[in-house]
Amino acid sequence: MKLHPILAALRKHKAGTVLIALQIALTLAIVCNAVFIIGQRVERVNRPTGIDESNLFLISQQWVGAPSGDTADGVEKLDAMQKEDLVALRNLPDVVSVAPINSLPLLNSSWTGALSLKPDEKNVGTRTAYYFGDEQVLPTLGLKLVAGRAFNAGDVQHQGARDQRDPATVMVSKAVADKLFPQASATGSAVGKAIYLNGSGKPSTIVGVVERMQTPGTGSWASAFAWNSTLVPTRMDANFSRYAVRTKPGRLDAAMRAATPALYAVNPLRVLDEESIQSFAEIRDKAYRADVGMAALMGVVCLILIGVTAAGIVGLTSFWVGQRHRQIGVRRALGARKVDILHYFQLENLLIAGVGAVIGVLLAISLNLLLIRQFEMERLPLAYVLTGVVAVLALGQAAVFAPARRASNVPPVTATRAA
Amino acid sequence: MFSYYLQLGLRSLRRNPLLTALMVMAIGFGVAASMITYSVFRAVSGNPIPEKSERLFTPQIDSWGPKYNLPGNEPPYALNYVDAMALMRDHKAKRQTMLYPIGLSALPRDAQSVPFNVQGFTAQSDFFAMFDVPFQYGSAWAAADDEQRAAVVVISRKLNDKLFDGANSLGREITLSGHNYRVVGVTENWNPKPRFFTVWSGSSFGEPSDIYIPLSRALDLRIDTAGSNSCRGRIDYQDWDGWLQSNCVWVTPWVQLDSAAEIEQYRQFLEGYAADQQRAGRYGWAPNVRLRNVMQWLDYMQVVPQESSVSLLVALCFFAICLINTIGLLLAKFLRRASEIGVRRALGASRREIYVQYLIEAGAVGLAGGVLGLLLTALGISGIGLLFQPQIARLAHLDLALVGLTLLVSVLATMVAALYPTWRAAQVQPAWQLKSN
Repeated sequence: MKLHPILAALRKHKAGTVLIALQIALTLAIVCNAVFIIGQRVERVNRPTGIDESNLFLISQQWVGAPSGDTADGVEKLDAMQKEDLVALRNLPDVVSVAPINSLPLLNSSWTGALSLKPDEKNVGTRTAYYFGDEQVLPTLGLKLVAGRAFNAGDVQHQGARDQRDPATVMVSKAVADKLFPQASATGSAVGKAIYLNGSGKPSTIVGVVERMQTPGTGSWASAFAWNSTLVPTRMDANFSRYAVRTKPGRLDAAMRAATPALYAVNPLRVLDEESIQSFAEIRDKAYRADVGMAALMGVVCLILIGVTAAGIVGLTSFWVGQRHRQIGVRRALGARKVDILHYFQLENLLIAGVGAVIGVLLAISLNLLLIRQFEMERLPLAYVLTGVVAVLALGQAAVFAPARRASNVPPVTATRAA
Repeated sequence: MFSYYLQLGLRSLRRNPLLTALMVMAIGFGVAASMITYSVFRAVSGNPIPEKSERLFTPQIDSWGPKYNLPGNEPPYALNYVDAMALMRDHKAKRQTMLYPIGLSALPRDAQSVPFNVQGFTAQSDFFAMFDVPFQYGSAWAAADDEQRAAVVVISRKLNDKLFDGANSLGREITLSGHNYRVVGVTENWNPKPRFFTVWSGSSFGEPSDIYIPLSRALDLRIDTAGSNSCRGRIDYQDWDGWLQSNCVWVTPWVQLDSAAEIEQYRQFLEGYAADQQRAGRYGWAPNVRLRNVMQWLDYMQVVPQESSVSLLVALCFFAICLINTIGLLLAKFLRRASEIGVRRALGASRREIYVQYLIEAGAVGLAGGVLGLLLTALGISGIGLLFQPQIARLAHLDLALVGLTLLVSVLATMVAALYPTWRAAQVQPAWQLKSN
């Protein structure tokens, strides 16, 4: 089929042509970027934290009238209180293991610092988040040991929360080991090496490496070192404490209900309300709420947008078909087959959508550049844009099919009737 | 004439219910998406203290040096203890307060209940006057209480209701984390959004504070900050005093400066202070200070969540597409009636009459779209918790202004969209239309 008559006809319908092309262009621009945002958010939400998230919950509690963590005497008293809590929790029937801990992945409450290979390092080293726990921390969190050994009871120290003394031993995530010892091919070679925490002059020995452990922060500031975790075998003593609890499979709810009375039985003078006990699923839900919501919003907007654009194409093409009723009859009378009429409208739509898609690609890239500049988003991969082009062309063809079919059904006899 | 045209318009809309429904839905969805996202954006990007935002400043002093500073050699977000105390002593601003967030436990007065958490701020007496905190009973503590390190507390109306059943509790004692405080004031419900004074140290859209206690008293009791604490370089402190002397920043300063001269004076004072510290050998770098007012600070701290801006942007683009769609559909609709227009024109209707008739028809579509949009907006706002954290989602609400805006925007936008189709309709040549029939 020749393009010439189509172009000539479109020249008579400038406004409609421009409107459809513009609508397709904008739809392409928005849908590409929206789908890209959805993909990124979904990827972010789905990345594993490295811990075994099922059957895990966290208790955050605060003692009332607790001794000061600034005196040696107070620290000992606080530590005794913490140990009593741990024993009470470990004795619960549904509980498998319990570890005192300062934070969990995705909890957005973090203690961060930097690691280096030299003592008294003045430059900023490898950034990391610290987890303070005891010898139960690996089984409780379900971390996977890939080299060296886990902490044993002999490694575990305790100190006041404001006391920054360096630990003798630490464990690191594989990401930290790879960053600190890039030349070593085997992960195990980090084991036994000395590192220095936060520019300290005193070495800490790496005793083990865990495969993967996400840091607590999910904000953009923490994304640069999201996998750099360092485990320290220290019980932190302060007027508040956190306990990670692993339960028997399927006994999470029962164990969560049993925790509060058990702790009140040890010592009623504490703040322990509904918000103090949260399952890891709740922590994850809270951390990623905005991401999931954003993806959902973008998805809904995309769907409605595609519907609106398709409806617009159907509406305008139907109008054109109605307008050209007589001309179609004439063509049919002069020998055009039904399929020729069908193809005419399909080709016409392909032309308009093609022009729209070209403009749309440019718009999609500009919108992406705007998002990069304003919101530090990533560059839109070309594959998204190309898929988008194919999709809007297909959308145009799908939308134009019904009106085009109707046009092809115009009987040749129409030519003989007055308009 | 208006009601006649409206009738004509409604009749024409009824003639193609599908096309009409399509337009109404496009406008409804478009305007609802824009309004839902706008309601959140309006809440998070607003000025929390419009009458004073130009006069309240948060000073920043470079205490970390170029090696550890924030990107762009920006000084830390808050002050370390030593600098905070120095600024407090010098008291160069008319009003000033040093603050940090705290979380304490409170004992209920009946023995049966369990202790609960209260959160709030340490502050100085100027805090309440500077930030226009409204009081239900009593007032701020006196400046003398700051100096005497008095055990006094200002509590919120909510906490007062909980502890004292809303009675006037001035002079009564409450126990916070094992220490007694005398109530000197009860604030009305007060929680500026965003909480500009604790953007870095606490949560910008957090729950309202329950308590305020004098900074000097809190330091005596060694009450730790419940907010951010950021340190650089070697961290080797082992106790409270070591922490106070460290480079960790955790105290947020605010000052009130009423004139350009005062602002300039204060800036010079900060520069001078930093230069003194350099001379004294405390800081090994040139003075690097900032003095940002409320809106500058909120902007610098990027308080508006990314989700809010992006979703507003996407919603507006969506609305634009819906309008383009409406232009196309109106064009089809109006031109289909070219012969009808021809007849009217031939019978003496002026172009103006055609304009009025079709704009009214478009306005009716816009109004219907607006009503649908309103319903969808109400629905969307109730489900907004899906997209934002609860404390931000709570801020979005449907008020009279938003209802008016929704209807106005949809009618106006539809009429703007109808301008081109109407113009085309008015251009219809009566003679040609009549002839072709």
